[in-house]
Amino acid sequence: MSIHDTLFWFFSIAMLLSGVLVIASRNPVTSAMFLVALFVFMAGLFVLLEAFFLAAIQVLVYAGAVMVLFLFVIMLLDIRGTQRRRFRWLGLAGGLIVAGAFVWELGIILRSPVTAAVTGQTDVGGGLEAVVKPLFANYMLPFEVTALLLLVAMIGVVLLSKKELK
Amino acid sequence: MITLNHYLMVSGLLFALGMAGLVMRRNLLVIFMALEMNLNAANLALIAFSKFNKIADGQVLVFFVIAIAAAEVAVGLAIIVALYRRKQTVNVTDLNSLRL
Repeated sequence: MSIHDTLFWFFSIAMLLSGVLVIASRNPVTSAMFLVALFVFMAGLFVLLEAFFLAAIQVLVYAGAVMVLFLFVIMLLDIRGTQRRRFRWLGLAGGLIVAGAFVWELGIILRSPVTAAVTGQTDVGGGLEAVVKPLFANYMLPFEVTALLLLVAMIGVVLLSKKELK
Repeated sequence: MITLNHYLMVSGLLFALGMAGLVMRRNLLVIFMALEMNLNAANLALIAFSKFNKIADGQVLVFFVIAIAAAEVAVGLAIIVALYRRKQTVNVTDLNSLRL
């Protein structure tokens, strides 16, 4: 087993375990902390896939900005750990059925051997250049639209956060 | 040897976890976190396809997904704060004004 394989198993198992803890822990702050761990392990998987630029972005944007937003809102709303409510078996059963059906379906699909169709000749790599070149060549319009969307989102957040909505 | 299938399986398991969280949890913030897990699972699948098919387009798509997810989190959390101001709760069982 090479170092690559070992790292793959370590990162994926740690990531899935933190995912379980995100949805299982009672306190939202604990959930948020395990979500940070999940994002960091996900960045490790990105590095294994040679997507170095996106791994950096993952840590900066997700583990940094998004999680700070989450923690700020938890702090602002002053949410305590949810007090014990009546345990909802229906919710648990529903969640397990949805997840189980999805995994079962996935197992059927992945049992048929999927061989990667080799369309390009060489590895694209994952540095800044590999991502940014197509971004500014083929995907210029979506890039501009995303910029507009971010502006709209910013205005929307400012409007929503005003004292009284009119 | 780690193949494309391994990555797809991990991505699918993470997506299933996220879906289970969406259905099971009642806290609006934790539901939102489960949604982020779903987006990340999709990102992992896209990058795996991009690497094993040797096309860079998958990585560009992930770049867009991350940008839009950041905007979505900002707007979603602002909505949650506005909701909390009116109803004083983030538990979805208490938000039943649309129920018949």
